[in-house]
Amino acid sequence: MTTDHEIELPDTPAPSEAPPQVDNLDALESEAIHIFREVAGEFDRPVILFSGGKDSTVLVHLALKAFWPAPVPFPLLHVDTGHNFGEVIDFRDELVAHHDLRLVVASVQDYIDDGRLQERPDGTRNPLQTQPLLDGISENRFDAVFGGGRRDEERARAKERIFSLRNAFGQWDPRRQRPELWNLYNGKHRPGEHVRVFPLSNWTELDIWRYIQREKIELPDIYFAHRREVYQRDGMWLTSGPWGGPREGEAVEEKTVRYRTVGDGSCTGAVESEAYTVDDVIAEVAASRLTERGATRADDRMSEAAMEDRKREGYF
Amino acid sequence: MTETTTRTAPDSGTEVTLPVHTDQLRLATAGSVDDGKSTLVGRLLHDTKSVLADQLDAVHRASADRGLQTPDLSLLVDGLRAEREQGITIDVAYRYFATPKRSFVLADTPGHVQYTRNTVTGASTAQLAVLLVDARKGVLEQTRRHAAVLALLGVPRLVLAVNKIDMVDYDEATYRRIAEEFTAHATALGYADGTVVTIPVSALHGDNVVEKSEQTPWYEGPALLEHLESVPVAPDPHDVPFRMPVQYVIRPRTAEYPDYRGYAGQVAAGVVAEGDEVVVLPAGVRTRVSKVDTPDGAAPRAAAGRSVTVLLEDDVDISRGDLIAAAGSAPTVTDEVDATVCWLAEKPLRPGARVLVKHGTRTVQAMVTELTARFDEQQLSSVETPESLELNEIGRVSLRTSEPLPIDEYAASRRTGSFLVIDPSDGTTLAAGLVGLPLAPLRGGSAS
Repeated sequence: MTTDHEIELPDTPAPSEAPPQVDNLDALESEAIHIFREVAGEFDRPVILFSGGKDSTVLVHLALKAFWPAPVPFPLLHVDTGHNFGEVIDFRDELVAHHDLRLVVASVQDYIDDGRLQERPDGTRNPLQTQPLLDGISENRFDAVFGGGRRDEERARAKERIFSLRNAFGQWDPRRQRPELWNLYNGKHRPGEHVRVFPLSNWTELDIWRYIQREKIELPDIYFAHRREVYQRDGMWLTSGPWGGPREGEAVEEKTVRYRTVGDGSCTGAVESEAYTVDDVIAEVAASRLTERGATRADDRMSEAAMEDRKREGYF
Repeated sequence: MTETTTRTAPDSGTEVTLPVHTDQLRLATAGSVDDGKSTLVGRLLHDTKSVLADQLDAVHRASADRGLQTPDLSLLVDGLRAEREQGITIDVAYRYFATPKRSFVLADTPGHVQYTRNTVTGASTAQLAVLLVDARKGVLEQTRRHAAVLALLGVPRLVLAVNKIDMVDYDEATYRRIAEEFTAHATALGYADGTVVTIPVSALHGDNVVEKSEQTPWYEGPALLEHLESVPVAPDPHDVPFRMPVQYVIRPRTAEYPDYRGYAGQVAAGVVAEGDEVVVLPAGVRTRVSKVDTPDGAAPRAAAGRSVTVLLEDDVDISRGDLIAAAGSAPTVTDEVDATVCWLAEKPLRPGARVLVKHGTRTVQAMVTELTARFDEQQLSSVETPESLELNEIGRVSLRTSEPLPIDEYAASRRTGSFLVIDPSDGTTLAAGLVGLPLAPLRGGSAS
């Protein structure tokens, strides 16, 4: 064998004359903006799935930056379980009005009212979101659906591509994922199929909070410490609301809490916290020994593969 | 490169040190099936305290359910039902962890031969790859295949982790033999001295993963994490010519910005600055940059990796798919491309195939006019004019494209020298394409 064919291998970092240092948040921001623009360039009818939570709020902020000074060229889609926190719905409506965005709402309550879906015995509506979401996608003929999913959230999410093809039933098949090479995203799909797009794939919870701090992004108040009446169920602090509870034997207490995620009120728990500001939250997240989902999401605890199973069904 | 800030946690009053990373290493794992990759990654996450209590609880519970005496750390990373059932990794998983010195993005790739395409996925953006071998089995066919793929994709640095060293009683001679055989193979593939490091580890027991092991007193090198924290990371080179594929034209047509016309894209190579002379390809029109808008407003210049919007002095006809490049050193514009492809599809490639090529932001029709060679990464040799390329094979092709493409050699520019080959009928990604000749050792002749 000969060894005289050496490929070019960079060794030590290049000296001086480097342009301005790009830090980790700049790199993540640039990657997300690149993804937004690819989708705007390649798809006919994209939409941003918006829950009012911190990740989807960051998503909207990045979309505004990606197309500035032009408006965001696609609408938001909110799957409203009917059991959302009032503060989150108010925040959603203010955000939409302030940036002159378009909002499409898919309502779980409508489905329950006209009998297309039935309330579950356990009262949670999170699993009921899938059908209104898929119907909303097909009725509006959305071909690319942005989500705020991050790979650090959960083991099944860690397997997700940035462009993730879904069949006509919205299903994810992890064995048939396309290879994703360099930053060349393949958005080809057949009629009826759509692509889920995750611009925040490479962000961690701490990156999200640092970015919120840097960019001074407004969030719903429930992300910060406040007094609230709560009761304990399965080790989580739930708040009373139209979703039922407290049940017999569940005592209501007033506590200082905040939410690490927002979602359906029936299964999103608060954590005890004295974090009143973004700085406080960053310190708290950095010191926490629990993941955000482990701390506050009942539905992920249902089985070892709960998230994967819901993704296969078409859930986000 | 890493600063820290200290904050007080509001609930416990404890001081928390927050590293502010500007220094990040992107790495991929590779290796054969059952060599313990997932366990190694689980061990890295566990021992760097990157695993939170609820995740660890879940692993303890699941391990106990399976009747295991000690927690199976691979369950931390094998996220799919089928993976846990079969004890194998099916698809790439991305992991994020950080130490006070550096943050890491890790692409954990499957080892099974059927899923080599996922090794290509993980390696296409990696700055370093950790290849595993089982100390009892040594360098296998799959090890040599993965090393060739990593070299071909230009992954600058390799680590060979000789795993399960406990299973050979921490035997130095076994380790040396494997390390030498692998280093010789990597050298033949073009890796220079100092770019390949070998480490004896036991992912199961944690030897030489995060802490140096007392079981291997004969090993003088660093533990794996120490090496990952200190290995030099080459930044995107800045002294190369500017390249930016146009993704999207930003035209607000609002009262506030009636005449704004910006070309949005991510700088793929080099630096763009206000006043630079540029050429728009494939048309070949020359003009100057009048303004560079970054996500944080106008800037005098922006470097590779940054998403920007470039405004030009002249009113040029530009749309998605065009490439803006430094006027002085523009890429070649051609409709005849010689390239190396890693074939990633079940359906074999035969000459005459009609495909789509996605290069930068442009997707064009193309025909594979010739299959020039198929490479044998075991023998480091090639077969001339094969009849087909099968799944996971690497070969050399000639393509004719329906429209001219501005291309660089992959060896000179990873971003503008790479492309996807797509099936026009169903959109499947068929191959990873690299413009230009493959590694010299694969071209043949060197095996003799």
